[in-house]
Amino acid sequence: MMKEKLIGFLQNKWSQVILFTLFVVITSLSLYLSQKSVVAFLLLLASLLILYYMKLKNLTKWIIGGGILFILLPMASSGGPAFQSYMEVATMVGIYVAMALGLNIVVGLAGLLDLGFVAFFAVGAYSYAIFATPQASNFMPFGSYPLGGESFWIFLIIGGICAAIAGVLIGIPVLRVKGDYLAIVTLGFGEIIRIVFNNLDRPVNFTNGAMGISSVTPPSIFGIQLVFPHHFYFVTLVILAFTIFAVLRFEHSKLGRSWKAVRENEIAAQAMGIPLVKTKLLAFALGATFSGMMGVVFAAKQAFIDPTSFTLLESFTILVMVVLGGMGSVPGVILGAALVTILNLQVLTELTNWVNQLTLNGIINVPDALSPAKMQKLIFGLLLVIFALYRPIGLIPAKNKKFDEKKLKTNRLAIDRENTVAIDKDNV
Amino acid sequence: MPILQLNNIETYYGAIQALKGISMEVGKGEIVTLIGSNGAGKSTTLKSISGLAKVKTGSILYKDKDITNRPPHETTLLGLAHVPEGRRIFAQLTVKENLQMGAYSVKGKDVIQERMETVFSYFPRLKERLSQKGGTMSGGEQQMLAIGRALMMQPEVLMLDEPSMGLAPIIVEQIFEIILQLNSMGITILLIEQNAYQALSIAHRGYVIQNGSIVLTGTGSELIENEQIKEAYLA
Repeated sequence: MMKEKLIGFLQNKWSQVILFTLFVVITSLSLYLSQKSVVAFLLLLASLLILYYMKLKNLTKWIIGGGILFILLPMASSGGPAFQSYMEVATMVGIYVAMALGLNIVVGLAGLLDLGFVAFFAVGAYSYAIFATPQASNFMPFGSYPLGGESFWIFLIIGGICAAIAGVLIGIPVLRVKGDYLAIVTLGFGEIIRIVFNNLDRPVNFTNGAMGISSVTPPSIFGIQLVFPHHFYFVTLVILAFTIFAVLRFEHSKLGRSWKAVRENEIAAQAMGIPLVKTKLLAFALGATFSGMMGVVFAAKQAFIDPTSFTLLESFTILVMVVLGGMGSVPGVILGAALVTILNLQVLTELTNWVNQLTLNGIINVPDALSPAKMQKLIFGLLLVIFALYRPIGLIPAKNKKFDEKKLKTNRLAIDRENTVAIDKDNV
Repeated sequence: MPILQLNNIETYYGAIQALKGISMEVGKGEIVTLIGSNGAGKSTTLKSISGLAKVKTGSILYKDKDITNRPPHETTLLGLAHVPEGRRIFAQLTVKENLQMGAYSVKGKDVIQERMETVFSYFPRLKERLSQKGGTMSGGEQQMLAIGRALMMQPEVLMLDEPSMGLAPIIVEQIFEIILQLNSMGITILLIEQNAYQALSIAHRGYVIQNGSIVLTGTGSELIENEQIKEAYLA
């Protein structure tokens, strides 16, 4: 009895809204008042997940979610010294979510296992970093470098385009092979691009090699220089909103369906008249675009990039996000990317600090090699094994678009009615 | 005048020669069947026509136009629909999405909707299962979906690769009835079958293929009566 009542209460739309508001208010207040509470910060982020499952119209959910991210989260965390570090984490979450959504097009929708995805992120990052530093004057015959901070906004597009071109160029040779072979070849190309950036300081110095490119010009808008993490937080959020919108539109478009068709069965897809190479290349190029755009943001935010930011582990991390969240599912991938990034940047670092504290106080002695921050790979591996065993479809699995049966029935009724009317007329 | 004409087609898979000079023709409005044992080259012939396999020598004419080695996304546009062997529906896509994929090259929602209604008139079962995933349906329903998907292209020639494979006899009968119906609507049918008796009994003409060459040809009833055929395929 009690249980049923409780479930009924939780299913009710208005009780959901009240509970949700309470939850959001409490978490934001506690975040505002006790600045060090990472838990409150994470719970406030988790409110978005609760929002996803609430019985509200989609548009309402988007507005509330946008409100929380654009206004509430920055305000609630702005009360103290930890503000910038919260914003830093939130920005990284945004960057990784957009990248994972890009990879989701390639792996989740088109079924092409790409293990070198970080290469496109690198292309985007370098495209801005080279031109926003004196680096470009080494090989550009005209213009004066570094370009001003306003160029950042154009480079968001240029970076995306460069990554898309890289996607097509890598795609043409790579897409001749399928399945496991594709994974191996993309892995190779991902590494090749990193090594090329690492060695492109001779004979002409493009990338400054392993030294990396430092003091990248910060972006500016209306004369304001964007240097703090909370500036980048808003930039990332806007790009992310665009990415999510675009990805959702793609998924339910003809192109999205043909990606899925190619994933399901190549021969049948071909027999339906889907041009195989073109469709696959588009998946590569579009997936790369989002990654490239975020690469530009990353370069501007870090103000320093070098090839070590784009290693194989990064590619795997993005892939883990997609697999964990649910391949082909946009909400799933967003959740997966957020969880993995927070695990990486917040949970593991907090745990490490805590363990260090304990070690300093002499309570326990954990050797440096066993500090949680160094167990990233182990934890990813474990997560993958656990998910492969117990939930291979991911946290929020992909759903098919439901066809409105009511609509179909009313149509049929209308047709029936017309027919009967016609028959009646004949009888008269 | 034949709508489809194959002149001495030779097709290879790597070093293995699958077709050793196939010549055949399909007249407009005919049902033509291609029978033969496993590995004789039936499917390869269809794949060569639709562009899924590369022809080495010989030519394929469709409405007197050379379409040899045109890629599949071009041959489908011309009006040749290929229903590949083993159904090959998109398992994770809904029935509706499967049908939409068949209309890949078609523009206009109304046209697609209209064609879908036409498909439903042949296969009312599909309408009931619109939001169901293709892979969760029974074998017969999947075959219906595969044919329905090809009909979304509104083809002039429908090439069916073993539509009876793995289906219960009663379903096979239904499928063959629909093939006859489609033919009476003016669609030319090129049918591959292992089930030689049933195929020959609905076909206007038939070709027997063996080891990559045509060994025998004639009308459906002639071939059914042929002693060699009786022995090899109908026994």
